Amino acid sequence: MKAARRRAAVLLTSLALAGASALLWGAGAEESVQLKDAPGRDLTTGRCIICHSLEYIQSNAPAMNRAAWQKTILKMKDRFGAPITDEEAKQILDYLDSSYSGKS
Amino acid sequence: MVTRRELLLGTAGGWLLERAWAGEAAGSAPDTLTALTGKKPLIRRSFRPPNFETPLAELAAPFTRNDAFFVRYHLAVIPQVDPAAWRLQIAGASAQHPLTLSLKELRSGFEHVSVAAVNQCAGNRRGLFTPRVPGVQWGNGAMGNALWRGVRLRDVLQRAGVAPGALEVVFDGADTPVLPATPDFLKSLPIERALDENTLIALEMNGQPLPHWNGAPARLIVPGWVATYWVKHLTSIRIEPQAFDGFWMKTAYRVPTGAFPGSRFTSQESAETTPVTELMVNSLITSHVSGARLPRGERAELAGKAWDSGAGIEGVEVSADHGQSWREATLQRDLGRFAWREFRFPLDTSKAGPLGMSVRARSRDGAKQPDKLTPNPSGYHDNIVQTVSLEVA
Repeated sequence: MKAARRRAAVLLTSLALAGASALLWGAGAEESVQLKDAPGRDLTTGRCIICHSLEYIQSNAPAMNRAAWQKTILKMKDRFGAPITDEEAKQILDYLDSSYSGKS
Repeated sequence: MVTRRELLLGTAGGWLLERAWAGEAAGSAPDTLTALTGKKPLIRRSFRPPNFETPLAELAAPFTRNDAFFVRYHLAVIPQVDPAAWRLQIAGASAQHPLTLSLKELRSGFEHVSVAAVNQCAGNRRGLFTPRVPGVQWGNGAMGNALWRGVRLRDVLQRAGVAPGALEVVFDGADTPVLPATPDFLKSLPIERALDENTLIALEMNGQPLPHWNGAPARLIVPGWVATYWVKHLTSIRIEPQAFDGFWMKTAYRVPTGAFPGSRFTSQESAETTPVTELMVNSLITSHVSGARLPRGERAELAGKAWDSGAGIEGVEVSADHGQSWREATLQRDLGRFAWREFRFPLDTSKAGPLGMSVRARSRDGAKQPDKLTPNPSGYHDNIVQTVSLEVA
């Protein structure tokens, strides 16, 4: 922890010296990818990021509707072993369908 | 043009330089370029597991640079393999003398051979499908051409002794799922393909050791077949007398039976679906994108690449009238039948106005690029004729 902080300080210093115009430093670059703010976002984020970053949800939106999200959630739960209860699956489906269903 | 932000981001994996571009979009959002450690900025489809696409400009060279070559993973736990500690196990019910090889033994114990071959994701161009289909929304760059060097898989299998009745060979790599319940990424090949002299265990790519993100220290090379079979970070090879029933064979990477030409993988085939196998004849314009403006009267040339599953490219035709008439492009140097072949065609810039240029490759086996997409649920094998809309002004 201490070493990590020291390393961060060194990096920040060297970046400042390098004249980086904008800087964002966190535990992981993928944290820059966030889902739309709506009821169910935190549950959806929490379950999905166990295995993958969130671009999968954003980029697939144009190919998805409620039935396709339902199929995907079941695949993650039943085939990939995602720890999602039936009640959570329903909340995640409502969130994804209302925020990321782009297919007519 | 940097349009949104330019950030330096730190991760456990190293430093990432990120730029958001209003790029040649596959999807609806602008493409974002992000550099993985050891790679140039590539089109980011996902951070984790890492899926990064080669930008079009990098596909113009005869061989795709190692640091620009696309990256594709299904599972997020990707160890940095220590070459000294790495071992390759060759076993299975149809292996007569199972063995384990160190990298040194693999390198020194077998003849070294090279093959130039296109490595293309089965889902390349999925993001261009109409109607849209779910999956990683790749544009044109989930592919590249490289000179692969290593040992023949056949020689390694024969050292282990292939028993009569061997049906499939099953491959596993060092990458693993986050959750133990997620199916590990294992793939199988028909025994005939595994014993084909062109199927290699590659240790080098374009004269350099394999990059980490492309399968170090050893990966499978299956020229002519889609990249899903080119298992990275190889750790285990099993010769088996029965069909492998893992998720990534029985459920994923399948197309409707009979929908596409090419090799059949009969031990994995059902009445409804069959594994995606060989590449379809295809081409890509690398010199221009739609919307490009050409100065009137100035010399200009259309250029790109054409490839197939290994019969070799017989010709590339170009049409300036939406397919009513076709003329032959000039083919450039032949890099080998599994590699892509560059084509060139002079553009007529004498008249101002729109210029639509279509390209259609044909294989020595008689196959031609089609006009219409063959729908399939996973969005594989998009090899339809490509048209770029240019403007002479």
